Amino acid sequence: MSAFRPLHTYLIDSAARRPAARAVDDPGVGGLTYGELDRLSERARDRLVALGVRPGDRVGVYLRKSVDAVAAIHGVLKAGAAYVPLDPGSPSWRAAFILNDCAVRALVVERAFLDALAPELGKLGADPRLLVLDDVGAGEGLAAALDRLDRVEPAPPAPTATPDPEALAYVLYTSGSTGKPKGVMLSHRAATSFVDWCSETFEPVATDRFSSHAPFHFDLSILDIYLPLKHGASLVLIGEELGKNPLALGELIAAERITIWYSTPSILNLLAQFGRLEERELGALRTVLFAGEVFPVPQLRRLKARLPHPRYFNLYGPTETNVCTWYEIPPAIPDDRIEPFPIGATCSHLRSMVVDEAGRKLPPGEEGELVLSGPGIMSGYWNLPERNAQAFLVDRDGVRWYRTGDLVVEGPDGIHQFHGRRDRMVKRRGYRIELGEIEAGLAAHPELREVAVVAVPDPDAGVRIRAFLSPRSERKPSLIELKAFCTERLPRYMVPDGFVYLDALPRTSTDKIDYQTLKAAG
Amino acid sequence: MQDVIAPVKEFILTRYLVGEDPSLLTPTTPLISGGILDSLSTLELVTFLEERFDIQLEAHEADRDRLDTLSAIAALVEAKRRSTP
Repeated sequence: MSAFRPLHTYLIDSAARRPAARAVDDPGVGGLTYGELDRLSERARDRLVALGVRPGDRVGVYLRKSVDAVAAIHGVLKAGAAYVPLDPGSPSWRAAFILNDCAVRALVVERAFLDALAPELGKLGADPRLLVLDDVGAGEGLAAALDRLDRVEPAPPAPTATPDPEALAYVLYTSGSTGKPKGVMLSHRAATSFVDWCSETFEPVATDRFSSHAPFHFDLSILDIYLPLKHGASLVLIGEELGKNPLALGELIAAERITIWYSTPSILNLLAQFGRLEERELGALRTVLFAGEVFPVPQLRRLKARLPHPRYFNLYGPTETNVCTWYEIPPAIPDDRIEPFPIGATCSHLRSMVVDEAGRKLPPGEEGELVLSGPGIMSGYWNLPERNAQAFLVDRDGVRWYRTGDLVVEGPDGIHQFHGRRDRMVKRRGYRIELGEIEAGLAAHPELREVAVVAVPDPDAGVRIRAFLSPRSERKPSLIELKAFCTERLPRYMVPDGFVYLDALPRTSTDKIDYQTLKAAG
Repeated sequence: MQDVIAPVKEFILTRYLVGEDPSLLTPTTPLISGGILDSLSTLELVTFLEERFDIQLEAHEADRDRLDTLSAIAALVEAKRRSTP
């Protein structure tokens, strides 16, 4: 086992070894070499420290996917703080809630987002120091913002921080069942133990070109950003709009000679259907990684028929552990296979057990909850002591095991099969959604009396989300109105697929909403 | 315009707004920014437009601004028809 190095060491080391190599590219926009990215992130570090950021602080990063965002993130890490990436596609009240919840010292933000955000921050009484970018692209937006501030008063050079292994590197917010997002805290050791496992398993080289499809507030981005930087390889950024456009993505994989692709199954499925893959030269692509949801076998078979030569890996794990199990898809999928592939074997940097409801270890072959321990596990949820008490199982030796809430069966060979969830969390397009957060959002509508949201399995979409509503009066909000209302209140991926009005929602004998009846009707 | 708007409106009502009062879907109702179309249904709409109007949309044309309302869609389809020999 090698000595601990903080997460930003990957960039610093590669910049020392290969300063002129391309570190990051935004196709059609531009990119930076390792030397340039390292330098720009040092300037961001100096400015953040001048703004008052200190080791142990949190700093929000509210930027579209860009070279500027990669540099800003490294500036935060070099200042010894943890970065908190915000979703540019989410409503501004949600961003404000997150920034206030984890009490960021500073915020790196695009001016276009700040206009809507500022009043929301004001309502909460939050007042972070600001580093405002007029635009983002190949790093010029960040450089221009730093130049502007330097002209007023130059930021004195600050040392690059050397945080402890347990210091926080980033906080990723995920859907919370009470309607409020919750912050998953990840340490430098959690991040680097995962990246080092990726190195062993996927053996990247300096000539690799990695896709960065997932947004930076999504845990897939940890592999995307840090694995190429560790190996002196290149990171190819795919922006939010382009990322949803399979035709353009097919073109991009060919033109950018991507060698390692990582995304949710949903986007791979769109690529297979709409990406015109058969027309393209995709010989450079050697590894396809997917995570975030179940990949239905008929869809995976279609993708492999169009793109036969890469190796395919199913990676599994919640944000709290990042990837914790993995499985390589066999080169040929038998024609009669319909059941999804296993989530696989436990990653070598973690340990796993399958336990019953009382937390007792179960033998192989029995269904139970998957729990994990090891350096890759989250430190806890930000400022939620009760949730933290529920999230971990502490064994007789004092070891903390994270309870995934996922029901699995472990085979005698150590391969796990996923069987479902214990609670009301669902995965949709790779995003995890607490159905309670959708209910809380809809319940704010003044014309609605009761709201219940269920997820129904769907062969094409994985799941469909249906909202059952009872109105307060005769004036029922129209479908168009409801969808617009949801879009203002919730992230896009949480907007239900369908809405059904009932005079009153069905109740169980104990007067709770009868979800089983609703699911059957859904 | 109307020869484009009517079939597109019908497509959206029957696929994504089942049960909605048709008069509420107007030429200026926001489709993508109003949460009626998500990324997958936007792609399905593009495929529908290509087949129905015999046009080919390039990747950069299938963006949010050009597809966000029925009137924007009609303008896009008209422009593509004119530019096709």
